[in-house]
Amino acid sequence: MAEKIAITSEGVALLDRITKLSGEKITMCDQCGTCTASCPMVAEMDVTPSQLMRMVQLGQNDVLDTKTMWLCASCFACTVRCPRGLDLSKVAEALRQITLRKAIDRIDVREIPEDDLDELPQIALVAALRKLTG
Amino acid sequence: MRSHPLFAPEPRNAIEIGGEVRVGVYVCHCGGNISEVVDVEKVARAAGEEHDVVVARDYTHMCSDLGQRLIADDIKEHDLEAIVVAACSPQFQGGTFMRVLETSGLNPHVLEMANIREHCSWVHGDDPEAATAKAESLTKMAIGKARLDEPLEKRTMPIGKRALVIGGGIAGIQSALDLGDAGFHVHLVEKTASIGGKMAQLSRTFPTEDCSACILSPKMADVPANPNIDLMTYTEVEKIDGYLGAFEVTVVKRPRYVDPQKCSACGLCEDTCPVSVPDEYEVGLTSRKAIYVPFGFAVPNTNVIDESVCLRLTRGGDVCGLCMKACPQDAISFDDKPERETFTVDVIVVATGYETFDAAEKAVYGYGRFENVVTALQMERMIVHAAEGAPIRPIKGRVAFIQCVGSRDEQVGNEYCSRVCCMYASKLSQLLKRSDPSRDVYVFYTDLRAFGKGFEEYYKRAQEAGVKFVRGRPAEFTEDPVTKKVTIKVEDTLSRKLIESEFDLVVLSVGMVPNPGTAKIAEMLKLTESPDGFLQEAHPKFRPVDTLTEGVFLAGTVQGPKDIPDTVAQASAAAARAIRLMNQGEYALSPVVAFVREDACDGCGACVDACPAEAIRIEGKLASISESACTGCGACLASCPKDALDLKGYTNDQLEAEVEAALEDAEPGTVVLVFADDMTGYRLADNVGTSRLPYASDSRIIGVPSGSRVTPKLALRALALGAGGVLVADSEEKSTPYVGSTRAMRAHAAETKRILEEEGVDPERVRSVEFVTVMLAKFAGQIDEMCALVRSLGPIPQEKRDALKERADGAVLVDQK
Repeated sequence: MAEKIAITSEGVALLDRITKLSGEKITMCDQCGTCTASCPMVAEMDVTPSQLMRMVQLGQNDVLDTKTMWLCASCFACTVRCPRGLDLSKVAEALRQITLRKAIDRIDVREIPEDDLDELPQIALVAALRKLTG
Repeated sequence: MRSHPLFAPEPRNAIEIGGEVRVGVYVCHCGGNISEVVDVEKVARAAGEEHDVVVARDYTHMCSDLGQRLIADDIKEHDLEAIVVAACSPQFQGGTFMRVLETSGLNPHVLEMANIREHCSWVHGDDPEAATAKAESLTKMAIGKARLDEPLEKRTMPIGKRALVIGGGIAGIQSALDLGDAGFHVHLVEKTASIGGKMAQLSRTFPTEDCSACILSPKMADVPANPNIDLMTYTEVEKIDGYLGAFEVTVVKRPRYVDPQKCSACGLCEDTCPVSVPDEYEVGLTSRKAIYVPFGFAVPNTNVIDESVCLRLTRGGDVCGLCMKACPQDAISFDDKPERETFTVDVIVVATGYETFDAAEKAVYGYGRFENVVTALQMERMIVHAAEGAPIRPIKGRVAFIQCVGSRDEQVGNEYCSRVCCMYASKLSQLLKRSDPSRDVYVFYTDLRAFGKGFEEYYKRAQEAGVKFVRGRPAEFTEDPVTKKVTIKVEDTLSRKLIESEFDLVVLSVGMVPNPGTAKIAEMLKLTESPDGFLQEAHPKFRPVDTLTEGVFLAGTVQGPKDIPDTVAQASAAAARAIRLMNQGEYALSPVVAFVREDACDGCGACVDACPAEAIRIEGKLASISESACTGCGACLASCPKDALDLKGYTNDQLEAEVEAALEDAEPGTVVLVFADDMTGYRLADNVGTSRLPYASDSRIIGVPSGSRVTPKLALRALALGAGGVLVADSEEKSTPYVGSTRAMRAHAAETKRILEEEGVDPERVRSVEFVTVMLAKFAGQIDEMCALVRSLGPIPQEKRDALKERADGAVLVDQK
């Protein structure tokens, strides 16, 4: 059965928040799919960049649970081709900011053995801590 | 108590009390519309007390036969010289009362209307006392202005029956034929060697699939056959001066090097010509010779030599010349020179058409680099040749159409939809599919627009034929170095899946862009471009083929992307609008024009630069205004240091009299004067009234032709006389009929604010707002805001008012652009 989605005023608040954080007029996206077909990381993504935009347009909160925003490498391939002049990397960054600001630690750093801490590169720690891209 | 319909104060003899003009005032009840709020009897009585007023009456329906007769009888009986009707909007019944004046032997322009319905009773219904006071004030203002009314001359200009049509595509052909058939003389000027335009290159036309050449060629043949049409191909417009009824046109005929009278297009010359170059008509798919006929059904059907590639013409001397030797008609002459010709026309139709978007600009699509990427126009030619049994190249296997190439794409700067690509792709794709069902044809689109008559059905036919429509804009194109097939990467946005697929042929559905040659014509004729680069019509709804340059009309895609039926409809409309002007033998000009007080003018020339219509010249030592070029906006008045310029119907003295009357009985500093332009501001005020939208009754609306008529001097004087604020309600730049006046209006407001600031007066007391006529709430809101503001600021102290009065005299603004 087709999945139902809710279109609510909370959703509008999410759209407004992401619009403000990113500075991009997300409602301007006309869903042509140029971003998706331009994206070098799309094979790894669970939702396509254009789908990510659609979810934000409709204020779907589960957009924050997708991997897509973490996989965006800010290479700007989509940005230079978007017929509406939108910068999707900024939208991805806004989504990352919202998640990071929740300040939920995915791992407890204190539980990592000291030897491992010396060995692990910092970026891996940061990624594992809140980004959950590890 | 309602007054008796024929109540009339005792007629007073104005001359005895020192007046010079005998004014009659008529206050209308409007069947209760006014009299249920406003004490009309009181208004009439107060008017009767005014200087120069000989008779003042109130009556139930001034616009009725009886009401009109009342005025007509009074004009005769009391020798009235100016009439004030306090009733509804002059934009509503002004014409009626002007006719009464005219039939009674008065000049129709010695009429003033006080709008006590839309601007008073309908908006101040909740406060009858204030409404009555305002109605008295509005009537006094009209009397003040009427006293200074001068008879205005009916101005007409003769107009002949000669038209110039620029551009010989289907739009120009249709306009020229309509004009010629109606008996008007037409010069049809076409830049290339044949008429026919882009339509001549198309295979079939959507949605009916008529053969394009088959339906176009008879029309093309009609052009030289029409005795009223002077066809000038291979000719460019070099210069246009003048105006409606007297455009001086200079054209340059490029040398053809072939005498069209002798040439029979036999082709012997072409056979011998050693130079081969890409054929423009075939969009570079095939080649032509340096001497060539543009295409099979070209009109005129004669050869022409391309001087940029011909060996003899590029190298000189006795080089080559094979064609001359081959020609049995002795038609070729290498000595042809460009010929300049000058003629006069009364009207001009601009039909310079479009160009297709240069697909190479979207480098990612590989056009010009990948051999199997072509444009839709090339596909048109390929289909024509295939249908004729002589294919230029095979069309096999998998074919992909890419939509919105150069349209709806901010990366190339084109925001607009080209309107034809969805349908021509539907056409080309189904023609391919139907002629060979083994072809696998896809159309990659973002939104499919099938808005026209029969379009949706035609799109459906393509689906029935088996064309697959995929919703997604392809982003990446790669060419196989061996097979030369092209792989496209695209998201199917409906399934959210990526498609990476190989095609034998990719067709780019290129959009329309303005013809680069149009810019030159637009500059000559002072036509404006809309943001998309196409030319701007005078009004998007009601004057779709007119331009703001009188006597110049637009036909076809020069105005914006459109298909053939719309182009032809517009071309016929342009011809009809042109005929409407020419058929009269003369045309009426607005009597409102700027004029020069010659005793004051010292010929400094400041006004020449200030005039947005370029209507002023210095002749001898005096400014001279071309009455046919002057639009009557009044912007120039601000530039004159000697006060030598004035505007008929809205003179400095008249507007000041209105201002003085408006402020006479008011508490200083409370009244906001609203100068409303005739196109938008005044109509908007009327619409606000019709909608019964209330606003502060401290406002007084004064009609002006354009906001630019409100000079810094006038605004400063108004404040010096005791106005609390000045609001200029003007049209948005794109809707004003007065070219360039909006910028002048803004400059005037800025200058006034600057002076206020210098004098320590709050610059917010002067405000200019650009409206469209639907902004009812905004208009009422602006008035309320301004009235509240001046109340809170309090009156301007007397010494500052004195200072403003002094500054007003020196407020001259030359740079208004």
